[in-house]
Amino acid sequence: MSTFWSVWVIVIVLGTIFGCAWLLLATRKGQTNDTETENTTGHSYDGIEEYDNPLPKWWFYLYLGTCVFALGYLALYPGLGNYEGLLGWTSTNQWEAEVQEAEEKYGPIYAQFGETPIPELAQNEDAMKIGQRLFANNCSVCHGTAARGQVGFPNLTDDDWLWGGEPEQILHSIAKGRQGNMTPKGVMPNMTNEQVDQVVNYVLSFSGREKDAEAAEAGAAVFAQACTACHGADGTGMQAVGAPNLTDNIWLYGSTYEWIKETVVNGRQNQMPAQEGRLTDDQIHILAAYVYSLSN
Amino acid sequence: MNHETIEKNLGLMIVLIILTISGGFLAEVVPLFFHKEVNQPIEGLEPLSALELEGRDIYIREGCHVCHTQQIRPFRAETERYGHYSVAGEFVYDRPFLWGSKRTGPDLARVGGRYSDAWQRQHLFDPRSVVPESNMPAFPWLFENRADHGSIEARMKTLQTLGVPYTDEQIASAADELKGKFEIEALVAYLQQLGTVLSEKR
Repeated sequence: MSTFWSVWVIVIVLGTIFGCAWLLLATRKGQTNDTETENTTGHSYDGIEEYDNPLPKWWFYLYLGTCVFALGYLALYPGLGNYEGLLGWTSTNQWEAEVQEAEEKYGPIYAQFGETPIPELAQNEDAMKIGQRLFANNCSVCHGTAARGQVGFPNLTDDDWLWGGEPEQILHSIAKGRQGNMTPKGVMPNMTNEQVDQVVNYVLSFSGREKDAEAAEAGAAVFAQACTACHGADGTGMQAVGAPNLTDNIWLYGSTYEWIKETVVNGRQNQMPAQEGRLTDDQIHILAAYVYSLSN
Repeated sequence: MNHETIEKNLGLMIVLIILTISGGFLAEVVPLFFHKEVNQPIEGLEPLSALELEGRDIYIREGCHVCHTQQIRPFRAETERYGHYSVAGEFVYDRPFLWGSKRTGPDLARVGGRYSDAWQRQHLFDPRSVVPESNMPAFPWLFENRADHGSIEARMKTLQTLGVPYTDEQIASAADELKGKFEIEALVAYLQQLGTVLSEKR
């Protein structure tokens, strides 16, 4: 704050306080005596008169007390322009102190868990209690409180992994996020409607659910051209690019003919947001162990 | 000066009343107009794009600010959950600001990038499909209505007059940017940029 505005604030604040005190004392001076009497102020409005009595003492001293309190408060806390107050309080350093205190209390616990290898940490009951709470606060909104996921958001309790279920891979997924992208019709943008029907039947046939065996057979050729680049020749997927295994009958976007057709025709874009920076490295480590523990 | 003088001079009484009640305003509010921390944008803050601005207007129209605040206070409990506390410089282009005063839902000051676009769309279409215990209303019409590209130019010009540094080219291309877009796209674009300028999240 510039000196001008600092002085401006000080003058107004002190002026107001002393003004209030002056008003109280000045209006009291006119009082003829200090005790209650039958005397009136002398004026009469529509026959209504007013006693000329002093303020009750408790009221008077309370009023003065508020002025004194205000001065004391302004001496201790920042309120007078650039004056910082005797306590040196600011909302920022109060927050810093809170964070510091928590860091001293929880820091060593987190540091210890942060150094434990993930498979070992997944066996640690205390760490998993923390992990469960971190998960509930940060992950359950998409993956569900039981981590079973929902359409578009993977189930974390099964053994099926889009990007890999090894500790390092889980850690990477949480910290850096993942960007899944299936282009419409794979790498065969000119796929005809008939070919779409064939390839959907072929994909369904991996789990023995094709609607039309003939179409499924024809779909193998379409699949080879459009889908194998990511899903592999046998449809078991590729974790390096997050391409799901199509043969295990676990479906991120629905398992029916219509859903799969929708996926093939329009493609799918999905994202796991990076948590690095939102959570500490140790918290991410514990979360990775928790996710690991769900299926191991 | 005695009572009678004041009570019988209406003009004088008005002046004295205004003086009395303006003390707080003069000391607490007026100096803020001249504070650098309050009226200078933080580094990297850009005015909202046409699509994001339309999203912001939809946010206001649907009353999101009634249940969601956009202000993280400097308490550990809040910064742990939402990220770095809000600073005044983040809001200099917000006219009016949407800090809100009631949290029926969570604070949204740094919701940008927290969830995927797909989640935001799903959640706005049917909140309980992703968060079973949610009491947020659904907003399915956002997926049917097109963004209002007709008035975007006028809205951006108004903000430009108020000091938001839009360039004339930005304003000229605004309508094209919005044409054909659904309201949901605008709202998600707005939500996904909230609070992302302050890179230090913790």
